[in-house]
Amino acid sequence: MRKLFLPSFIIVIATVLIARLFYLQILDDSYIKKSDNNAIKIVYDYPERGYIYDRNGALLVANQPSYDIMVIPKEIKNLDTLEFCTILKITKDEFIKKIEKAKVYSPRLPSVFLAQLNKNEYAAFQEKIRKYEGFYIQKRSLRDYQVEVGANVFGYITQVNDAIIEKNPYYKSGDLIGMQGVEQMYEEVLRGIKGVKYRQRDRFNKDIGPYKEGIYDTTAVQGKDITLTLDAELQKYGEALMKNKRGGIVAIEPKTGEILALVTAPSYDPAILVGRERSKNYTALYNDSIAMPLFDRGLLAEYPPGSPFKILTALVALQEGVIDEQTQFVCNHGWSYGRGSFMKCHCGGGVRNLNVGIYKSCNAYFGNVYRLTIDKYQKPRFGVNAWSGHLKSFGLGNFMGYDLPPGRKGHIPTSKYYDRWYPNGGWRSSTIISNSIGQGEVLMTPIQLANMMATIANQGYYYTPHIIKKIKGQQIDKKFRTKHITTIDKQYYTPVVNGLFDVFNHGTAAGVRVEGIEICGKTGTAENFTKISGKRVQLQDHSVFVAFAPRHDPKIAIAVLVENGHYGATWAAPISSLMIEKYIKKDTITRVDLERRMLEGSLQAEYDKVINGFYVDPNWEKKNEVEGDKKTEVKEVKDEKKTDTKSGTKKEEKKESPQKNNPNIKTTGTDKKTTVTTNKKQKSEKK
Amino acid sequence: MKNQSVVNNIDWITVLIYAILVILGWMNIYSASLPLEETSFFDLTQIYGKQMLFIIMAIPLILVILSMDAKIFEKYSTVFYILGIFLLLGLFAFGKTIKGQTNWYQFGSFGFQPSEFVKTATALLLAKLVSDTQINLKLFKHQLIALAVFGFPVLLILMQPDAGSAMIFLSLVFVLYREGLPSWYLWTGFIGIALFILALIVKPVFLIGFVLLVMIIHFILNARITRNPIIYAALFVAITGMVLSVDYVYENVLEPHQKDRINVLIGEDVNMQKEGYNLNQSMIAIGSGSWIGKGYLEGTQTKGGFVPEQHTDYIFTTVGEEWGFVGATVVIFLFVCLFLRIIYLAERQKTKFSRIYGYCVATYLFTHFMVNIAMLIKLFPTIGVPLPFFSYGGSSLWAFTIMLYVFIKMDANKVNEW
Repeated sequence: MRKLFLPSFIIVIATVLIARLFYLQILDDSYIKKSDNNAIKIVYDYPERGYIYDRNGALLVANQPSYDIMVIPKEIKNLDTLEFCTILKITKDEFIKKIEKAKVYSPRLPSVFLAQLNKNEYAAFQEKIRKYEGFYIQKRSLRDYQVEVGANVFGYITQVNDAIIEKNPYYKSGDLIGMQGVEQMYEEVLRGIKGVKYRQRDRFNKDIGPYKEGIYDTTAVQGKDITLTLDAELQKYGEALMKNKRGGIVAIEPKTGEILALVTAPSYDPAILVGRERSKNYTALYNDSIAMPLFDRGLLAEYPPGSPFKILTALVALQEGVIDEQTQFVCNHGWSYGRGSFMKCHCGGGVRNLNVGIYKSCNAYFGNVYRLTIDKYQKPRFGVNAWSGHLKSFGLGNFMGYDLPPGRKGHIPTSKYYDRWYPNGGWRSSTIISNSIGQGEVLMTPIQLANMMATIANQGYYYTPHIIKKIKGQQIDKKFRTKHITTIDKQYYTPVVNGLFDVFNHGTAAGVRVEGIEICGKTGTAENFTKISGKRVQLQDHSVFVAFAPRHDPKIAIAVLVENGHYGATWAAPISSLMIEKYIKKDTITRVDLERRMLEGSLQAEYDKVINGFYVDPNWEKKNEVEGDKKTEVKEVKDEKKTDTKSGTKKEEKKESPQKNNPNIKTTGTDKKTTVTTNKKQKSEKK
Repeated sequence: MKNQSVVNNIDWITVLIYAILVILGWMNIYSASLPLEETSFFDLTQIYGKQMLFIIMAIPLILVILSMDAKIFEKYSTVFYILGIFLLLGLFAFGKTIKGQTNWYQFGSFGFQPSEFVKTATALLLAKLVSDTQINLKLFKHQLIALAVFGFPVLLILMQPDAGSAMIFLSLVFVLYREGLPSWYLWTGFIGIALFILALIVKPVFLIGFVLLVMIIHFILNARITRNPIIYAALFVAITGMVLSVDYVYENVLEPHQKDRINVLIGEDVNMQKEGYNLNQSMIAIGSGSWIGKGYLEGTQTKGGFVPEQHTDYIFTTVGEEWGFVGATVVIFLFVCLFLRIIYLAERQKTKFSRIYGYCVATYLFTHFMVNIAMLIKLFPTIGVPLPFFSYGGSSLWAFTIMLYVFIKMDANKVNEW
């Protein structure tokens, strides 16, 4: 019995297989048709890519024709290689290499032989194309940019690579696909669907007319035009203001969440990523790890926000009921919040209530407010979680869900985070007090800051920021039409907004008031660090400003970050006020001097400090910190020796820091942990 | 009397079928990898040229095996096995990863897949252990030993991960069944697979209801034999648990590509340009073959290069398309003859060792054959398993050749066994 099992099983299986083959090959004749289908040639008709307009209907991105020479290696016959190469101005080696590459992709399927010919090359080749069997011309359309700005918003289009072809069979070798920006996010909308024509071929591969009179042919579906929420004039102005600086501007229309401007600096002209120079130019941008033009700072620059965060500290405290408008704290040029722990303040000292606290940006006031918020609960754990819960309702500490590819979460710590750092407990409100003034463990990106201002402008709600305004014949995503309501009640916004308005009346931004527009805003400085030859070095603070205007019926909320720009009032506040003026008044700027100073101002000298090794010199810090201390003299001599050896290896160091060619990794980025105590000294010099 | 001449005792029928299969295989590889320009058969830049080289190099390999002492295989089976295990372990350090699987060593332009050779080594050790007179497969402890012999390489191969090869090893249960393993092992396996597939198609409630019904009927009809309700209950709970966990396993344990392959098989809505592409093109190639096919070198699917990897795992599609139903049936018939011949020879062996080994060879070859062809015609999920002697590849051709000729050598030597 057991002996017979395997032989019987074999016979049964073989019978099943043969029966199945009989069914497939003899009974079911649908496969013969499908096989015929396969033996026909497919010709694609590429639709034109959709245009891109700005919110006022100005054309931003159009198309221009381009011609690719395609090759099917197996069909090459009797080719006069010499003549062929002369016409296309390529060498024989290049020719062989390209054919080999095409063969590797597939001997039987078309691949791109030479991409994006110009009109003259195309004309010369077109005359002789009949002679070159196996080659044909594929017309495509390339982007034609009408503006020189917005490269980070648009993204670019490029030929699909093998990985994309494998993942998505819609794309064939040589097809174009949108990368980055709206070209990527709205690829399927802009692209349309290419048309397919089936041509029947006989055994000798000769075209013998349309297959079945073309009943299976499909016509190309035109790509849809899209309208962005961007205001091209404002975007242009923003990019001009940011020239020779590094940083980002995000402007949002509070009532809708529409992104009015998204500036990153340095940027580049989108037109350089079109045509045959694309790859070379892109590589250059990609490898520039010092200025990082591909790093969209408006979306990705993640820093402790500094003073603007105080607005949230106040809102949460009001909602939690630990303070009201009149609650007062005394500032003694700082605040002693624990044994030996002192938080410095430069507001001038005195009795502070909410309004004064905001417009004077009093650290002591907000430190007190924050401690009350956390200590309202029996355990700091509950306090922190309540606090971070409120902040999360502003969309902080997470991806915002906007319709552009890059993003950072930022960071809003919860009790879990501190439990990990202090596994034995023992952390209290005083341990985490620097969160109150936006230092500590809090991280935000410019777009989060802008959205925060939009929420405050709306007094308690926001729409997810988005760049898409209209798609022809299609509604925009529902998530951009959904209101997000914060956990802070509406009545608490009024006193805070008044405080922000007074920042322009008697506070840090009094110098940049705009005639006729009531702006509410807040200055800030973001500390930032970098690693130079393994040492953590503090660089010049980033200048930050957030604002919205007008105070009643807000039309624009904005966040500006200028890297290493020092005080918020130095660069970010004037730039913000100019942007607001430009957007609301729509005509020429009245403050001509200020405008010129901002347009022409350059921070290049500051940026060169890192490259020139200014921060590498160990004496630099010492001179600043312990001047005149005799004891260090001996050390300094020693250090000088070290410096010599270091300057010898400086070249290497330079290479080292930009080694991370990934544009998403910021070499001059922040270091996450910042504490008040260690930086007290430097802060005292700064604020 | 001294050893008789090996040549006189070789089973020429097996050798003949082997030769026919290898030649037919090469012819189809030639068709599937038809060159762009006219070149010679030995053009080593072409796939068929390389396969020709592999076939020619198999001849000295065969001669070496036939001239070895037949006793060596039994004597050193443990050594072969340990060597094989080391080769498998070495993959994790030195192996080349292709499409997420680390199952190759790469030497220059030639690849080497150790799991192919471990099959033979495992069969040898299994034959040695089970042929021991002390071993009784009715005992649980001895069952464990036997299962461990191929369970261990299966684990290593699953870590590569290579589900296809691992499954081939599991088919050795057939051999153990022949040698006295209780039949419930087989039934559990069959029923388990059947329930898994049914659970994916049918709603769990209906399936459990059906199982309950069958068990109640069985319980009632089974009046004469001791009917312990506890056993029935336990069995029912086990089956219910399994049926209910199928969804979980399907969603969380299976890799996305494995899910796709099962979806394709059970006719879920699949994209014919994506996950369904391979199977669809393979069915088109075979299905368009009709009675006698489109003619050698005339297959439009084959010439058009529509079936991916046609010269390796999908080689049988060329047979189906160009030689039609008749050709495909002839090839299947040849394979079945080979399997039955090996089983016949195995049963004729004088030693238990060579019988078990022969059985292992037949089982291995048969499982490869079954899985490979069944996956092309939508009877089995797509699993990367080569068709013995047919598919392109030096590793697999030589491994199958060694596996088969070691048995032919043992068989030829049986006149010397006393």
